[in-house]
Amino acid sequence: MLDDVRLYFKYISVSVRSQMQYRASFVMQSVGQLLITGIDFLGIWALFDRFGGLEGWTLTEVALLYGMVSVAFTFADAMSAGFDLFSATVRNGDFDRMLVRPRSTVLQVIGQELTMRRVGRLAQGTAVLVWAAWAIEAPWSAPKALLLAAAIAGGTSIFVGLFILQGTMCFWTTESLEIMNTLTYGGRESISYPLSIFRPWFRRFFIFVVPLAAVNYFPALAILEHEDPLGTPVVVQWSSPLVGFAFLLVALQVWKIGVRHYRSTGS
Amino acid sequence: MKAYRAIVSARFRMMLQYRAAAAAGLGTQLFWGFIRIMIFTAFYRFAKAPQPMTLEQVVSYVWLGQAMFAMLPWSVEPDLRVMIRSGNVAYELLRPVDLYWLWFSRSVARRSAPTLLRAVPMFIIAGLFFGLRAPQSVGVAAAWLAAMAGAFVLSCAISTILSISLLWTVSGEGVMVLMSGAAWLLSGMIIPLPLFPDWAQGILAFLPFRGVADAPYRVYMGNIPLNEVWVVLAHQLAWIAAFVVVGRALVGRGLRRLAVQGG
Amino acid sequence: MTQIVVQDLVKTFRVAERRSGFLGALRGLVKRRHRVIRALDGVSFTVERGELLGYIGPNGAGKSTTVKILGGILVPDSGKCEVLGRVPWKERIETVRRIGVVFGQRTQLWWDLPVIESFELLRDIYGVGAREYSSAVEELVTLLDLTPILDTPVRQLSLGQRMRCDLAASLLHAPRILYLDEPTIGLDAVSKLAVRDFILRLNRERGVTVILTTHDMDDIEALTNRVIVINEGKILSDGTLAALRATVTKERWLTIDLVEEGAEVSDEDATVMSRDGGRVVLSFDPDRVAPAALIGRLAARFPVRDLFVENPPIEEIIARIYGRACK
Repeated sequence: MLDDVRLYFKYISVSVRSQMQYRASFVMQSVGQLLITGIDFLGIWALFDRFGGLEGWTLTEVALLYGMVSVAFTFADAMSAGFDLFSATVRNGDFDRMLVRPRSTVLQVIGQELTMRRVGRLAQGTAVLVWAAWAIEAPWSAPKALLLAAAIAGGTSIFVGLFILQGTMCFWTTESLEIMNTLTYGGRESISYPLSIFRPWFRRFFIFVVPLAAVNYFPALAILEHEDPLGTPVVVQWSSPLVGFAFLLVALQVWKIGVRHYRSTGS
Repeated sequence: MKAYRAIVSARFRMMLQYRAAAAAGLGTQLFWGFIRIMIFTAFYRFAKAPQPMTLEQVVSYVWLGQAMFAMLPWSVEPDLRVMIRSGNVAYELLRPVDLYWLWFSRSVARRSAPTLLRAVPMFIIAGLFFGLRAPQSVGVAAAWLAAMAGAFVLSCAISTILSISLLWTVSGEGVMVLMSGAAWLLSGMIIPLPLFPDWAQGILAFLPFRGVADAPYRVYMGNIPLNEVWVVLAHQLAWIAAFVVVGRALVGRGLRRLAVQGG
Repeated sequence: MTQIVVQDLVKTFRVAERRSGFLGALRGLVKRRHRVIRALDGVSFTVERGELLGYIGPNGAGKSTTVKILGGILVPDSGKCEVLGRVPWKERIETVRRIGVVFGQRTQLWWDLPVIESFELLRDIYGVGAREYSSAVEELVTLLDLTPILDTPVRQLSLGQRMRCDLAASLLHAPRILYLDEPTIGLDAVSKLAVRDFILRLNRERGVTVILTTHDMDDIEALTNRVIVINEGKILSDGTLAALRATVTKERWLTIDLVEEGAEVSDEDATVMSRDGGRVVLSFDPDRVAPAALIGRLAARFPVRDLFVENPPIEEIIARIYGRACK
């Protein structure tokens, strides 16, 4: 296990060095992404400006939700470029190349790239998160900070799991299905808002199927000491990030099934 | 002309192959539509003062946006991007067709099939079940179609210029990222433009992006009365002309520059 | 000692059929038609340690499928297979740790990295000890003449250079078996010779078992002592090159360069196969007429400037085998 982690970092350093060869392009794209995501948040600000509030949630509180999911998503997105490109990898025969190496396939795919230019997006997400953390009324404490960290880690796990599932679909079809984008990008978008504003079926989806609420809404309730119209027990609010890690484990199992399928049918 | 038509029809046939993708795409649009509508509904519940658009209008607006999604100029033609990166774009200079229009028709080709394939089912589903209202009169519908045609051409013109900007490899990428993000927001796809702060309305009206989404949608809903439709069309036309002129000037220079660099 | 055992391997694929035209495309939207391809139809052979085996067949014959099964990439529908005592698809990681694979058309090196850094990353992936790694690198770099290109990013290498680096990369972890899939494809003559020479030394001096799939018959003639011919999923022939020739034909070819062009060359025991200016090629059966006798007879009747006797080229042999299978 430790050996795999060390190998992962070696892979990553290769990827980073490779990207740094195109330094100007990297800077340009990072700055561009910073501005784009800034504009993104501007949209939310504009809505609050016009409507004055959102069902008992202030802009700063929504900013906390937004920042948490944005940072988690960006971490996952930067790590999972290999799964995003997976359809090309299979088509090229490079996945066969991975099967001929004495290492786990997940490690090799995830080690393909750490997308450095996401740093622009990360900076924006962090900035929003920091501002929100500073601006909210509820007091901070060590347990809350830990909960925040766990929530972000859990969020990253869920998004990585979703990207793995997206890659796994390439074993069954060569068509690129947008359906996963609804869960990743759509999930990020919707979870940036308090879960309570959505219809019941939607809420249930993001609690039980793709449990993004567990790594965003519930922990945020605890941190903000916010009243919950859904009546979630406090113990759930504090322990929910664990669900994120469980989701990742499930995704890895599905991947294994996918690899088995690939090996019995070829490409 | 035949060459351009061939490109478009080949793309059409290719798109029909991908049936799962088509179905998934439909599901995607519906999902996004729901998210948006629920968020707006929540905001409207809270709002005390009357707004420049009613909630029903916002709902129609959102569904129009989802139906027309494939048309939007939010990214570069992927074939071109690969070509430029690998340097194979120099082969484009060898083709006996006008370069700008070649790339323009690529843009048209990439948009036409997906747009039609998405828009028709979306209209039916959203119209029957999810609150997309029909236009108030035949006149409005006709005006809307005219505005959509203008939006389509404008979208292709913007996308073509984005592709051309990539010929300047580093700075082009920056321009492209910025423009596509800006196009996204400023066209009204995230938030209907009338809901933006009042002080921003002037700038938004001037910029080309509203011609791609916001303006035609408002024509559809009757938000822009029939006698003001010509303003919309003139705005679109002016920007189309501007993008085409600038695009044509840049394409030649960009390719020659690339050839000099030995790309 | 037997290293590879393959018995009655069967592998089929289902391929979706594309329909032509616009109407076809619409119909394809609703219902897909499938075609079943029998890539391997009962393939059996064994490989002993130290063999240099050529595995040839037309495109789509089943060569790559066999190699993929041996490499643990594919799982066959039925049949038995063991590589170094393990079933490849069941014990993938342990099997591939001990084998090396070179795919001719795709490099296993990292595109933007200097060659030596790719080697180092492979060392970490395969878990090669520091001492074993440095001695392996030293040896391979010398044998393949890689010193001048070690610091070059792979994307800047020529095809010949890249292939040499790929060969070295596949051997860093001292595998006992090496699968080479079209290793000389697209290479210039000098590189081909270098690669062939290296493979030969690898096999003779270090006892590495090599399985070579290729279309290049010169590779086969230069390197292999045993050839397996596969076509449409079935093995047509398995034995030495000479035996292969003999099963097809014993004939030999005599090429004569005449002093006078256009002379009517003929002999009762030989068939004229081609005439091109002063050059005439005749085929004959050495059991019927000894080469020396035939030469003597022809030289007596026609002034000969030069001549030589050879076996029919291996392509001819192979083509006849394929042709025979098709009947």
